[in-house]
Formats: sequence, C-alpha cells, structure tokens
Amino acid sequence: MAPSYDTLRDEDLDEDDYDMDEVDISDIQEKYQVQLEQGYDTFVVVDGLPEVNEEQKPKLVKFLLKKLNTVGKTREDLIFMPMGEDGKSLRFAFVEYSSPAEAAAAVRQLDLVALDKKHTLRVNKMTDVDRYGREGRIDEEYTPPKIEEFQEKEHLRSFLVDPSGRGRDQLVMYRGETVGVFWNNEKDPPENIVDRQHWTETFVQWSPQGTYLTSVHAQGVQFWGGPSWTRQKRFAHPFVNLVAFSPNENYMVTWSNRPISIPDEGHPSLSLDDDGKNYIIWDIETAKPLRSFASLETPGGPAAPGASEDGKRQKLPWPAFKWSADDKYVARLNPGSSISIYELPSMRLMDKTAVKIEGVVDFDWAPATPAREGIKTYEQLLCFWTPEIGSNPAKVGLMSIPSKEIVRTLNLFSVSDVRLHWQSDAAYLCVKVDRHSKSKKSQATTLEIFRVKEKGVPVEVVDTIKDTVINFAWEPKGDRFVIINTTEPVAATAVPPKTSVAFFCPEKAKGNAIGNFKHLRTLEKKNSNAIYWSPKGRFVVIATVANQQSSDLDFYDLDFEGEKPESDKDLTANLQIMNTADHYGVTDIEWDPSGRFVATWASSWKHSMENGYHLYDFKGEQLLGLEAAPPTLLSKEEQKTIRRNLREYSRIFEVEDAERINSADVAVVEERRRLLDEWLQWRRETEEEVAEEREAMGLPLDPVAELLKAKTAEIAPDQEEQVIEEIMEEVLDESEEIVA
Amino acid sequence: MRPILLAGHERALAQIKYNVDGDLIFSVSKDQQICAWFAHNGERLGTYHGHQGAIWTVDVDPTSTIIASGSADNTIRLWDIKSGKCLKTWEFPTAVKRVEFNEDGTKLLGVTEKRMGHLGTIVVLDVVVDVNAEQNDEKVLTIVCDESKATVAGWSYLSKYIIAGHEDGSVSQYDAKTGDLNFNIAIHELDCAITDLQWAPDRTYFITASKDKTAKLITADDLRVLKTYVSDTPLNSATITPKKDFVVLGGGQAAMDVTRTSARQGKFEARFYHKIFEDEIGRVRGHFGPLNYVAADPTGKGYASGSEDGYVRVHQFDKGYYDFVYEVERERQRELAV
Repeated sequence: MAPSYDTLRDEDLDEDDYDMDEVDISDIQEKYQVQLEQGYDTFVVVDGLPEVNEEQKPKLVKFLLKKLNTVGKTREDLIFMPMGEDGKSLRFAFVEYSSPAEAAAAVRQLDLVALDKKHTLRVNKMTDVDRYGREGRIDEEYTPPKIEEFQEKEHLRSFLVDPSGRGRDQLVMYRGETVGVFWNNEKDPPENIVDRQHWTETFVQWSPQGTYLTSVHAQGVQFWGGPSWTRQKRFAHPFVNLVAFSPNENYMVTWSNRPISIPDEGHPSLSLDDDGKNYIIWDIETAKPLRSFASLETPGGPAAPGASEDGKRQKLPWPAFKWSADDKYVARLNPGSSISIYELPSMRLMDKTAVKIEGVVDFDWAPATPAREGIKTYEQLLCFWTPEIGSNPAKVGLMSIPSKEIVRTLNLFSVSDVRLHWQSDAAYLCVKVDRHSKSKKSQATTLEIFRVKEKGVPVEVVDTIKDTVINFAWEPKGDRFVIINTTEPVAATAVPPKTSVAFFCPEKAKGNAIGNFKHLRTLEKKNSNAIYWSPKGRFVVIATVANQQSSDLDFYDLDFEGEKPESDKDLTANLQIMNTADHYGVTDIEWDPSGRFVATWASSWKHSMENGYHLYDFKGEQLLGLEAAPPTLLSKEEQKTIRRNLREYSRIFEVEDAERINSADVAVVEERRRLLDEWLQWRRETEEEVAEEREAMGLPLDPVAELLKAKTAEIAPDQEEQVIEEIMEEVLDESEEIVA
Repeated sequence: MRPILLAGHERALAQIKYNVDGDLIFSVSKDQQICAWFAHNGERLGTYHGHQGAIWTVDVDPTSTIIASGSADNTIRLWDIKSGKCLKTWEFPTAVKRVEFNEDGTKLLGVTEKRMGHLGTIVVLDVVVDVNAEQNDEKVLTIVCDESKATVAGWSYLSKYIIAGHEDGSVSQYDAKTGDLNFNIAIHELDCAITDLQWAPDRTYFITASKDKTAKLITADDLRVLKTYVSDTPLNSATITPKKDFVVLGGGQAAMDVTRTSARQGKFEARFYHKIFEDEIGRVRGHFGPLNYVAADPTGKGYASGSEDGYVRVHQFDKGYYDFVYEVERERQRELAV
C-alpha cells in the first residue's frame, strides 16, 4: 500500500521522478483559485479632480457621481475624498463600485474623459495603484527607457523571390508530428525548406497573403516567417481554438471555447478586463490585443463551455467577426436584432451604437471596396437579410458604411432560406433564395443578382430552379458562376450524392456592358458536391469531396479556345471539360494563388484511410502534392504590357525551363554513367576474386554446368547432348464459310 | 505481354521457384500442395502429396532431379521430381519457413520458426542428389538465432557463408562450415521484418525485401548495401532478373487490410526497378491480392508472381523489354563493340 499522506516522509517526496512543472494543474487552479485581492477589486482611484474645500466638496461629489454612475453603480457615501491639512482636497478620490466588472468598466471608459475644460479624469484600479505604485516599486530618478537598437528583420515575403528564379510557390504539409514547408517543384518531388517536429499543437495556417505561417498552441498563436522560418510574433490566447485574419493581414481574431481566466500574477499581454472573454482582436504589427469579446449567448441558453463541446459547436458561426475589404471595419452579428460595427484601429463601436436591423439572420461585407457608379465618397458595402416576420416580407438589404444608408432593398416572399454570395470584385451579389410553396411542400430556388456597379443597383432574376441548390460559386474576378443542384437532400457520406452541375454566364452585349445572365449548360447525372474556381478565374474544378464512394475531380475550362457550339455563340463562355481525375477519399482541394496548380488531399482529420495528397496542374494533369501570395505590385499598365508581350516572355521562360531540364538531364546522365562504371568495376573485381578462389579450391568455374554435364553423361552415356525439339501447333481461330 | 494464369491452388501462394533451365515452375501454397508446371504454356506437370500443413517454401536442385519443401507440419521433405515420390522426411520441433540448396546441390538449409519455447534455428542437412540414394538423417549443423529469429536464409557463392535475414530488419553472415556468426548488420528499418532474400546468379550478392517498403541489394562477403529500391508499399518479395539489369519487387497492403480498400489502392503490382540506377521503370498489374513471391526465370525470358489471391501469373517478356536500355548503357555497349 502506498503511504498515506501524513505518513509520507520527505525522502518519499524527493524520490518522485516526475517534474512538477510538467503536471498540468491549470484546470484545478482555475477551479480552486482564491482571489486574495478581491476586496480591492471594486475600488478605483480617480485622479485629476479640481481642488475644493469642505463646502465645495459635496457639490463636486454629486457632479462626479453623475459621471461615475454612467458605467456602474456607486453611491455618495462610497466616494471618499481625502482632505489635506490645509482644508483643501488632495485632488483625488477613492470610489467603490458594486462589482469588480464595473470598476474595470470605469477604468476603461472614464479614464482620460474630460470633467470640464480644465480637468481630465484619470481613473485607475486600486489594485493597480497598489501593484505598480507601492513604495520601492518606483525609482525616484527618471531613467529614460532603453530603446532597443534597430535590428534588421528577415524579409517576411522572401518566399516571393524563389532562389531558383522560377516563381515557384511554397506549400506547407503537416503530417505525423512534423510540419514542413516545401517549394512546389511541378513534376519533381517538392523541395524541403524546413521541417520541424511538433511545430504546432493543432493545425497550421498561412496568413491570407502568405507573410506568416501560423501555428496554434495551448498557450496561444505564433507566427513564423522569413527565409530561416524564425518566430515573428506571439499572441498569448490561452487554449485558442480558431484563428482568422483580416484580409490585409493587419488584424487577427482568435477564439477559444474556454473563457479566458487571468491568473493572479497577471498575464503577459492580457489584462483583467479580458477575463471571461472568448474572442480577442489583435493588432498583428504590435502583437497587442485591441479588444476582447465574450461569446454571444445562443438563444437556447448561455453557451456553457460544456455544451459547446458537442454538436452545438458546429453551429458556431465562424468567422464570427467579419472584416470589411480594407480592414477599416469589423462587424459582428447579434442574431435577430442588430449588427455591431467596430472601427479600426480604435475598436470603438461605430457611432457608439449597433446598427439595429429587426430580425437580421446573416450579413456579409463586400469582399472589395466597391466602386458604384456616381458615388465618389468612401464607402464599404455590407448586405444582410431578414426573414418574413408576420405579414412583412423577407428583405435583402445593401447598406453603405459609414453612412449607414440603405442602398437597395429587395422584398421576397415565401422564403425558407437565403444565402449571400459576393463576387470577388464586389461587382455582383448573388442572393440564393430557397422558396417554398404555400403548402410548404415543394421547394424551389431562385437566384437574384444585384449588379452593384451599375446605376441604381438593378436586380436580375435568373430562372427558377426546381431542385435544391446545394452549392454556388462565382468565378473570381469574373462574371460567371457554377451551381450544383440535387433532387434529393444530401444524405450521409456513404452514398454519392446525385447531382447536376449548371454553368451560367452573361450574354454578349454591346460595348462594355454586361448582358443578362443566361444558362450555359447543365451536366446531369453527376456526383459532385463542391466547386473550386481557380483564383484567376477561367478554370474550375468540380469535385466530389468527403465521400466514401465517389471521389471524382472534373477540370473545366470556360474560355476554351477551340470550336464553339452554335447554341452558345451569344454567350461569353465556351465550356470544355479538360480532364477528369480520381483521388480516392479526397477531403480538401485548394488552388495555388497563381492558378497554376491544384492540390487535393485526404486529410487524416476527417478519415484514416489512404491519407495523402495529389498535385495537379490547372489542366488536370497529375503532378506530385501551396503558399498564399500578396496581390501583385505591378500597376494596371504594367500588367497590360506584360500581357501584350506574353508570347515573348513565355518564350524566354520556355527556353529557361528547357535549359533547366537539360542541365538536370546532364547531371542525371553523369550520375548514371558514374553508377554504371562503379557497378561494372565491382562486378569485374568480384568475378575475378571468385574465379581465383574456385581455382584455388579446385572447383569448376561454373558448378551448375559441370553438374548438368555429369547428369547428361549418366542418362545418355553414348552421346554428348541431346536436343529434343517439340513443335507446337495452336488453333487461334476457327471460322466456317459457305462458298457458293 | 499476356500472362499465363496458373489457377491450380486454392489458397494463398507462398513461394515459386524456376528450375535452372527455366522450363519448370514449382509453386507451393497454404493449400498443402506442391505443383509443378511447364513454364512455356502453364500446363500442370503434377502435384506432390504428403504435407499435412501449409507449405511455406520449396527449392529445386541445380540438376532438376529433386525438390525440397518446408511446411507448417514441421517437416522438410525431399521429392523425386519425375515420379512425385517422397524420398525423405526430416522432422523438426517447429514449422519450416525457408529451404534452399547450395550451389552444387549437396547441402540443404532450412529455417525453422520460433515457437512453443523453441528458438528459431537454421539447420543444414547433407543431401545426395540421387533418387535412389539413402539420405542422411543427421543434421550437419544447427545455428540458433537467439537475438531475433531468422525469417529467410540462403547460401552464398562457394557455399562459404550462410546469409540470414531477421525479423528485426538485420542481416547476418554465418560461416557455413562452423556455423559461427561472422557479423550482424542492421540493414532495414528496425523491427521491419525481412520478407525475402534472393540471389544473383553467381551468388556474390543478393536482394532483400522488407516491410519497411524498401528492397536492398547487398554483397555477400561484407554485407555492404549496394543499392536501395524505395517503393510505397510493404514488400513481400524481390528478385533479380538475369540478362537485364533489373529487379522486380512485389508486395502490397497487408492481407488483413485488403478488404478495406479497392484493388487500385491496394498496390498489388509487380514493380520493375533498374538494378543499377534504382529508378522505377514500370509496373505490372493483374493480381487482386498482395504479391507474396516474385521469381525471375534464370534464362531471363520472363518472371512469375504468386499472390495472396491464390494465382500464379507467369509472364514472358516481349520485345520492348529487351530493347529498353538507358542511354548510358547503349553508350557502353557501343564502346564494348568497338
């Protein structure tokens, strides 16, 4: 029996062979932590008050109380304003709030607020004053802060300059326990740049423009980059689950299903205000938190950490914070009531109030700064929709920010669901409306397309589709789209879904105008369920992913340069299937940013069979198993010249490619020649040695030949050798013919 | 290259052997039968009855007079090829996993399984290649593998060494006369069993196949790894083709996992690699189970593969196979011609 605790001797304790630091007791700590300083947590110190005497004091207290009560609850007798010996106040006061949260709110909201023209309030927590201002903590003499000498950092976009000068992209792979970054080498196996064990605890992610590689740990998020893959930034968000970037990599949102709990001794980057919050918005440049938010309570009840473990977590809207195209605004939906829009970098609520929209279900920012006709002032657009409430119709609205002016609304009836799909340039917004008949039995889908860039934002309705549309995707930077329909609801992954794929494109129109959207082609009897457009448009991969039975990949070209069918002559597309492929068990597909390669992989997160990856070129030809890239730095004119001279450039590149292949060939041939020489040399030596040995032992050179000779002599002693020839005839074909 | 399908076995194939002339094929399987076939048309010459358990191994003497077989019934038997008569039975405490004649057919080695408290051993028997002769009962030599059991073993040139491949991925060289261990070298990945060991025609080097998905070409006298062939599947067998500088590897997903995936994912193909350059040259598909054994015709005209699916596929090489040479090889041939 193990010794009970009180009979435990010191030696026993010392003999423990585990390291105390390794034992994770944070959960116990969290539960039983005693907040020793709780008594002072409700106190704040208000500085910067005017000097008053005894008579003026009650007046000031009353005046102050008004301000103080805007953020929490306090009373006159909870304000203590110490008086100096000369009967005048010492220009500060202690205030007790009813809860630590209120005290924290006071510090956040009242600090640096003007009391009148001459006086500005400085509000600090009592505990902070105690912590930082205690005797001895502050050096009497001022020492200027030491400014670290500037150290040149590694260029974070070094990946854009491929050392081999071929403009290759990088790709990251997380397999087993190692994470590796590779150059994509087209036909050859990827070239490893760096490989590290346990680089991440859950997953890795590129930032949208590829500057950083994000790794996720229990302590928070880390950024890596530069040619030597050193750590660039650290964001301490304990037990972080998800990470999302703003489009221009200025900010980041991290989320954890566990509310943050700030330990007693404080946290390196978070403050007590962040206690109990789930989301943190970070400024990436400084790696400092801007503001934190708690998870919204779900209508079913408070989102307890336990409840979010199971199915409910799937429903968590992610990204919860949506960014405007230029990182100037971030917004969060309060389902059913409003949208909170925050300005960056201050993270203040725009106009100090959330935008009230009765019943709002979903919203989305335009993915690019829109350029509406006739609008010269700065604006961002966001669209939202509200369901039918009572006799009011369902609505889809387009709102301009910061003016909050509604640009366009569309009323809809018999709506069961709405999905909002922005085209990547914010030129179009497609609203996919699932409608039900009055009896609510049959379903149909309509596509309503907002032409955002045209005057008055006209809305075009594309023909009603009887079947349920399960997927929709715009061509990036283009004006065509693909939808996938199914007649039956999508069931379990064990059976391939029965779907059809439909392509739409605008009609040809005069001038620069874009014609009406027309149905281009429908491909029936497909099993596809996912659409992946090339980031440059034109090419699209239609695939069946995460399905156990089917795993087809179809590669299409929408601007095929061959013959165009007569029926499509008025349309701005020429559809051609280029290739089909099959990657058993594929779960994810991704294009590289240049639109040259497609990676498909069967992730071990989703199933455990045949995990691996394939790499295809845009034509669907399989190569071997890619980094995001920032937008091009070339101006429109430069791009145009390049396009004009493309033929010339491509000739140069082709020559380079050929040279590379040739030089590689030369090296390979040299290597082979060496191997062959080596082999022949070794064979010669070995053969000679063995022959010598045989001779020395008095054995025949070829033992088998000798044995056979002996046997032949035994069987037929009279003749040397006998050759028996056997002629075999085989009937290959028989046919009967009647000759007249 | 249309293969001949030998559909005579009812269960998974264990080993296939060509005779020296390349006109006969001997195959053994878990169905307790040894079959002899004509290589050129796949006609069955006959079967050899007597074993009471799965037969793991077979070998034919250089003069095509007798064959030896080893089985799970704990015996090694000698058979007269012509008459099908069992000439001799040696009993052992455990199953016999591998038998091999030395280069002149005077000695036979057997690898016994480690089981029921018995350590794995390599035994050497004296054999008289004569159907009428009395065979010797006594074991000439017993090598006990106390570290890791031997899975495969063979005779080197001049019957100088016995080379054994072990379950832990290492290869040992024993003195064939005294049975002393000369050395043991870790060749394949640790604890990836060596599944096959086949010789080059002159027995100065050999090829090993392993569960670590590689095959290696190794010298007999100093166990130096000459070449490594990397595949994407656990290997069960590897052979060296005479005449052309190729090796053939066979394997596939472990039999127990096969039902979980479709045939195309099972990697049940014979893979050809260039012996010197280590490049993969081509694959031959057709089996629907993992390949348990590949054997090359000693005359260089074809190869045969036996699979878990119970079939032997005998392939005759066609013209393209003989014509295929690397540029550097052609260059060398031209030099030699001049």
